[in-house]
Order: sequence, then structure tokens, then C-alpha cells
Amino acid sequence: MSELAFFIDYSRCIGCRSCVQACEECDTHRGTSMIHLETIERRNTVQTAPQMCMHCEDPICARVCPADAIKQTPDGVTQSSLKPRCIGCENCVMSCPFGVPKYEASIDQMMKCDYCYDRTSTGKKPMCATVCPSQALTFATREEVERTRRGRAINEWKFGDEIVRTKVFVLVPLATERIDVGLTALRTKKNGPEARVPSDDVAALLENEVLP
Amino acid sequence: MAKLPIAIPQLVESFGPHLHQTPPGGWTSAEEPDRVVKTHCCFCGQQCGIQLKVKNERIVGFDPWEEFSFNSGKLCPKGVKRYLQGDHPDRLLAPLERAPGKGFRPIDWNTALDRTAAAINRIQAVHGNDAFAVLSGASLTNEKAYLMGKFARVALRTANIDYNGRLCMVSAAAASKKILGYDRAANPWSDIRKSKCILVAGANIAECAPITTDYLWSAREAGAKIIVLDPRMTPIARTVDLYIPVRSGGDIGIFNGMLHVMIERGWIDRAFIDAHTTGFDEVERVVRRYTPEYAAKIAGVPASMIVRAAELWGPAESSFLLHSRGIEHHTKGVDNCMAAINLVVATGRIGREGSGYAMITGQGNGQGAREQGQKCDQLPGHRDIENPAHREHMARVWGVSEATIPHKGLSALEIFEAAHAGTIKGMLLMSFNPMVSLPDQGFIREALEKLEHFAVIDFFLSETARFADVVFPGSLMEEDEGTTTNVEGRVIRHRKVVHPPGEAREDWRIICDLARRVGPKDKFEFDSPRAIFEELRAASRGGASDYYGITWEKIDERQGVFWPCPDLDHPGTPRLYEGGKFAHPDGKAHFQPVEWRPAAEEPDAEYPLTLTSGRVVAHYLSGNQTRRIGALVKQTPEPYCEMHPRLAEKLEVEDGDFVAIESRRGTTTLRAMIVKTIRPDHVFVPYHWPLQRAVNNCTIRAIDPVSKIPEFKICAVRVKRASRPTDENVQLGPEAGGLR
Ligand code: SF4
Ligand code: SF4
Ligand code: SF4
Repeated sequence: MSELAFFIDYSRCIGCRSCVQACEECDTHRGTSMIHLETIERRNTVQTAPQMCMHCEDPICARVCPADAIKQTPDGVTQSSLKPRCIGCENCVMSCPFGVPKYEASIDQMMKCDYCYDRTSTGKKPMCATVCPSQALTFATREEVERTRRGRAINEWKFGDEIVRTKVFVLVPLATERIDVGLTALRTKKNGPEARVPSDDVAALLENEVLP
Repeated sequence: MAKLPIAIPQLVESFGPHLHQTPPGGWTSAEEPDRVVKTHCCFCGQQCGIQLKVKNERIVGFDPWEEFSFNSGKLCPKGVKRYLQGDHPDRLLAPLERAPGKGFRPIDWNTALDRTAAAINRIQAVHGNDAFAVLSGASLTNEKAYLMGKFARVALRTANIDYNGRLCMVSAAAASKKILGYDRAANPWSDIRKSKCILVAGANIAECAPITTDYLWSAREAGAKIIVLDPRMTPIARTVDLYIPVRSGGDIGIFNGMLHVMIERGWIDRAFIDAHTTGFDEVERVVRRYTPEYAAKIAGVPASMIVRAAELWGPAESSFLLHSRGIEHHTKGVDNCMAAINLVVATGRIGREGSGYAMITGQGNGQGAREQGQKCDQLPGHRDIENPAHREHMARVWGVSEATIPHKGLSALEIFEAAHAGTIKGMLLMSFNPMVSLPDQGFIREALEKLEHFAVIDFFLSETARFADVVFPGSLMEEDEGTTTNVEGRVIRHRKVVHPPGEAREDWRIICDLARRVGPKDKFEFDSPRAIFEELRAASRGGASDYYGITWEKIDERQGVFWPCPDLDHPGTPRLYEGGKFAHPDGKAHFQPVEWRPAAEEPDAEYPLTLTSGRVVAHYLSGNQTRRIGALVKQTPEPYCEMHPRLAEKLEVEDGDFVAIESRRGTTTLRAMIVKTIRPDHVFVPYHWPLQRAVNNCTIRAIDPVSKIPEFKICAVRVKRASRPTDENVQLGPEAGGLR
């Protein structure tokens, strides 16, 4: 059996924030959530998108860190900043293509998702993927995901000229090989592939109704 | 006299809601717990398995329970944070009595119990047994629900016991019983994953039954088509095959219109109908009129959507109907459900893997608590209180004469109407917060204030308990043990994790203590919830919801047992109606013809908009528990009024402006939330908040003639821009009924 991996399927997310609430309950950083839930634009849609660290194969956040505070484990997990080293310069915050690291002013330190290393390194699933009611976040083998999900799992991203490979997979429609835009597209939704904004307008569905 | 002893801001200062933000012992306390206990979440009918961590006899955190197959570790935010109700600063630690002008003062248990017992005796002696009412809840274990019924009928001999499931499941229950015979989801949840077409009617699954989402989505991955009916585009509705933005109260248009098209195109199973059902001719006659065009007028949607729904549902290989409060909270709630269930039976797609039907229960023990005899019209085992044989059976179990068992009493809302009219003089209430949850709040408050004695059992001083003469400090689910029956009809076991704090007691002990003071002493000698369960098993034996073959050991071995389970070697019944065998004496399903009729109050020139209400994922029911949990309040701090930009433009309202929502009964002033995801002729307000922020100030006190469910989902309002309210409570925290 192949290794368990992390998969995100944005189309499943129901915006319940269980991932955020549960992340906050993890022993290594209890009281602070390291996953974020982006509300796309509530006026237009109920769509939401969870944002966790994608665990890049070659993490830019670590590369740009002047204090060498961000370490990658041998199994490819990019950890949160190390307490005595992090100088709070926010280089990582600026450089991450997915907008993941957050600077925590109260502790003058960068915090980000560490793949629930205390759990995943002992064979347990990460907290968010365990609780996620919609399984938009799921921790499973690739075979299992391919057997039970419709889309394709990809982990290659193109930002301008740069190709970024991540440990975390995202489920996309079958035809997609690689995602050419950052998650900013998902977040702003202006030029998202599905352009769902009009269909989220209930009034547009009610052709001949007499409405206010 | 049940009046507030002091002003609300002062009560809030002493009793909350305050926010509990950090676990006892701080954020590091759960690292090395003393023990981890497998139990269940208490915050909805899904009853997810969860593990609670205990340190120094306090609950300090949770861990997913992945082996429990229903939810496999999944939890919604309420489940994640539920542990924070333990060790809460607002917990009631001693019995209280009202001290006018001062608030509440602690008293000892005997004084408290004697006071309420004396009041019961006096009221019943002067005004008759029925003048004292019992109101109970569907968040209680089966054991407590059973005990409450027995307490009312054997100790108090009052006909007037009802429960807050009256606001929740009763329309679904009545419809299911009428057509199919049982009042229970017909299939285990695992069947949802195997279905090829799923119709979700009036169920905001993402927020009210979040765990069911994965079941829906995995069906979709396997090729299922999903149809959603809702006036709001819910998170589930957004990506399904067909979303129908039906107007509130227009559902029968969709259901009858679909059946009309299905008959026309031959998408019904005539052989099944002939062999296994009665009454289809009459249904066929009624739906003949419901052409898509006619039906569309009722439903307030384009006719093409109804045709499309029939095209998806009609010829499907397998299908599953899920419905909940959206179609049930109506004065035609039972009819709405029956029209939906007709669609299931007409295709013969029931009682098979992947094909069937379920109502989604709302409350923690929404299913079980309605089976054990705390409804005004039922005895344990889903028995009918007016059926002589059923009465005889219960008389034998209880060791009383049949004649002493009261007959059918008033339903929850009717009990308040009787209190208002002065015929009910006293009340004992547990697990119910009508000062948030009942419609027409102004009326409910007047009714409470007329009571001569009002006793409440609760773990927090709820908005309703503030009116009490005596308050008994009860227990949380994790402070007692017992069983509940989940959304699927699976009986599961809650474990005692910690003891009730201070002088608080397990609820069943309080009821037994009271019962021994006012009724026959020997009937309430239970020494544990398990002893109550043993009596419940015998009481339910031979009834529809037969628990006789269920033991606590069997529940542990099998991850729950589905009723009916008539004897000890019976495996339980996950799927009902297999082989087309229905639960009526003739073994058939009984079709019920349904004609649409208007709501009690439709919008008009004076009040032109439809107000509808519902839940959000971060809160549970009246919020008595979740409005005290910091993380959940942070997620959704206060109620708001959802409205479409087109309506907002007309009303000259910007996002975040205050708006006054006015009905013929009352007003609430909240911030507007402008969203395209709602019909422009509707406004929506979530109902978990009290006082001036309660949507139930506006809702209507009208009930379904059969189920007696209030019409929470539709009434007429007008909305206008307002300035920030200046009432005495507005400065409170939003969790207490203030505004940020
Ligand atoms: S996603 Fe951002 S924070 Fe995570 S490893 Fe890549 S660069 Fe670093
Ligand atoms: S728990 Fe899952 S469904 Fe809920 S917000 Fe997070 S990713 Fe979305
Ligand atoms: S509230 Fe319901 S869905 Fe949420 S964790 Fe509890 S039982 Fe599960």
C-alpha cells in the first residue's frame, strides 16, 4: 500500500470551519489555528476555500528565511518556524506563493501548518483532514482517492515561469494537468475557470417571477 | 409568580452567557490526559462518535474517534468545541430560588425539592392534575425521556406533558407514520452513498447536519444526481445538478408537479403500487391538476425546473429522499412531507440498498426522545395514548391501573396558550428554552409570567430559567450515562466522562427525587440510568420502536443497534420496509393525496416579504450551550438579516446597516447581510439568539393541525433601515443578546 497523502478538493468545502477549530486543538500549537478558511466573497456566493501549507518540495519560505528558522523534514514536511531562530522578518510571509505563513505579533514569530507532524509522523491523520465533514480535506492513499473521487490529483503549480511541486495534492477536473494560476484565482474568483458568480445569484434563476 | 427577579443585564452578569475560551488547566492541559473516553457529540441528531480527554477529573479536550463508522472521526465545529461546556464559569452549582430585587439565591436540595413538590400538590389539589404541565426536551437520553413521561403520567398524573421535539420532528414523524407505518429514517446512512439520485428538500445539510455532507459527496462521485430545494442557495445547493430556489411554503408545488410529470412519462412503478400500496388512485387524481405550469406558480420557480427534477428523479436507478425542517416547519408541514414521500413510494424505490428515505433529525436525541413517551399523545414504544391495548400494556409495566393513565394532553405551544389563558398554573421544564425557541416571544413571556409556580432543571441559567421560582442544577450529557438514538434509528451509548460539578446532580436523580415527593414512592426507585433502560426495554416491547432486544453490551459490540430489535438474538433493523413490507397492519404503504394550501400568513401589501428562519453551523438550537463557547461565538457572534441585493437596493440598505424586521407580532433589529444567495422576496434570520435579537419576536404562533409544529419557516414581514437599537440589552455581549 502506498503512503498516505493530503488531498484538497475545493468543490467539496461547505465553509463550516471545523478544520480551523480543530487545528486550534492540536497539541503542538493549541490555541492557534494554522489553517485558514477563505470566504470568497460572501455577497456573491457561499463558496469558501481552506488554505493550508502545501508543503512545497523546494520550499521558498525556507529558502528566503535569513535565520534558517524553517526546516524541512526528511519526509518532505516543511515545518513551522523554530522558536529561538525566527526573527519575525516576514520574508516567508511575502514569498510564499500560496500566502500561507502568518506572522503572529503576540509571539513575534511566524506560524504555519506543519502537517500535524506530531500526528502524521506516528501514522495518524492530520487533525483538519480527520474532522472535515465534507472531506474537502482528506488524508488517504492515492489509490483510494483515485478509486473514490472523480477528478485528478495534481501537485504541480505554475507561477509565471516557475514550476512548484507540492507534497499536498489538489483535486481538479480530469482534463487539468497542472494549475497555471495561484490560489489567488480561487480567492478572488474573478477569472476562476468555472466563473460561477452568475449561477450563485438566486434572482437570475427565477426568470418570470414577480420579484421586488 | 414567574417574573424576572432583576433586570436582564444584572442576570447576565451573574449567570452569563459568558464565553469560555480556554480549556481548564490552559492550552497545554490535554497533552497528557489521565484518560480518554469514547462517547458521542450532543449537538445534533447525527450523534458523531468523539473521544473526550480528561485531566484531574475535568474535560480538557477532544480527539477524533475514527473507528466509529458513522462519522469516522469527522466532526463539525460544535463537536470540536463541545468539551468547553464542561468546567464553565456559568455552570449552576447549587439549587436556586428567586429572590425578587436580588436575583437568585442558593438553597439546599431538600428545600428546593420540597418547595416545588408543595407547589405541585397545591396547584393540582386546587385546579386539577392537568393544571401542572411538564415540558421536556429532545436533547435528553432515552432513559431521561422515558423517565419524564413516566413522571408526568404516573407521579403527577397530568395529561400535559410535551417536549421541544414539537418544534422539530413531529411533521416528519406524522407523515412517515401515515404513509409508511414507522416514524424513523427508512435506511441507514450508508445507503445514501449508494444512491443514484438524491432529493434534498428543505435541509441545509452543510450547517445543520454537516457530517451528512460526505455521504452526499461520495454519492456524487459515484455518479449520483443531486437535487436541492431551498429558498437560499446553501453550500450544498451551490454545486449540485439541480438547485430549485422554491419559495418557502411552495414545496407541494414541486412534489406534486414532479409526480404529475412522472405519471405522464411512465416513470412510476405500477407493479409495485398495485402489490404494495393503497390510495394511489386518489393521489393520481389530485396531481392531475399539478401541471408543471400550475405547480410552478405555487412553488414560485420556473416550470422547467420541476420538469427537470422529474427527469432526474423519475427514471433513476435508485433514489434517496432527505428532508428536514425547511418543509416541516409549516402549518402544512405534514402535508409537505407526505407529498415528498409519495414520490418515493410511487417509484417503489424504498427498502433497498441505495434506495429509500430519511428525515434528518435535528436535536441530539431527536429520534429516540420522541419514542419513549414524553409526547402529549404517545406512550413508550411509539404507542398511542388513546389506544386501549397500548394503555393496558403501559399500565402493566408501570403497575398502575389503566384508568389512572391520563389521556392525550396539549402540545408544547398549546401548553403556553393554556398558561396564558390561566388554565395551566404550574410548570416543570427541562432541556427546553422557549424564551428563545418558541414563536411570538412576547406572548410566550406573558404566558410564563402568569404561572404560579415555575421550576426548571438546567445546567446553565437559560433565558427561560431566569423566570423560574426554583432552579435545579442538572447535568451535561458527559456527566451522566445513557443511550440516544441517532438520525438513522441506531441506538448508541453515551458514557459518563466526569461527575456533575458542585452540588449539581444527574437529571434522572432530580426527577426521581421529585417523583418520590409527589407520587407513588415505589415507582421511581431507580439506582442508575441502566435500571431505567431495563424498564424502557420492557415498556417498548411489542411497540413500533421495540428496544427489547437491545442491551448496552450489544450496543458496544456492534457500534449501536437499530430498532426495531424485538428479542435478544435479533441483530436490529438498519433498513426498514425491505421487500415492500410496510409497517401498517395490512403490510402496505398508504399513499396520501395532498393539496397545496397557503401559509397561515402570506405576504401582503402591508407586510410584503417572507421571513424564514433557520440555523448556523456554529450554534445549537436556542444557543443556551453554544453561546457560551468562545470559539463558536467568535465564528458566528450575532444574528443577521440575509437579503438579496435587489431588495437591499429597493430598501436603500447597505451591507452591515441595521434593519428593523417587523411583523404583526413584534420586531427585531439586526445588521443586514446582503447576499445574492437568497430569493429577493425572502429574508432570512438565524434563530439562536434571545431578547431583542430573537427572530421569534416576529414569527407566527400558528401550528400544523396534525403535528402541532409551529410555522417557523414562513410569516409576513416588512423590513426597513434602522438606526442602532437603544434598548437596555443592546450593550450586552452578542452572545447574551446584545450587538457588537
Ligand atoms: S506553501 Fe508556502 S509555507 Fe508552505 S512550504 Fe510552500 S512556500 Fe512554505
Ligand atoms: S472542515 Fe472541510 S468543509 Fe469545513 S471549512 Fe474546513 S475544509 Fe471546508
Ligand atoms: S453537532 Fe452533529 S455533526 Fe456536529 S459533531 Fe456534533 S453530532 Fe457531529
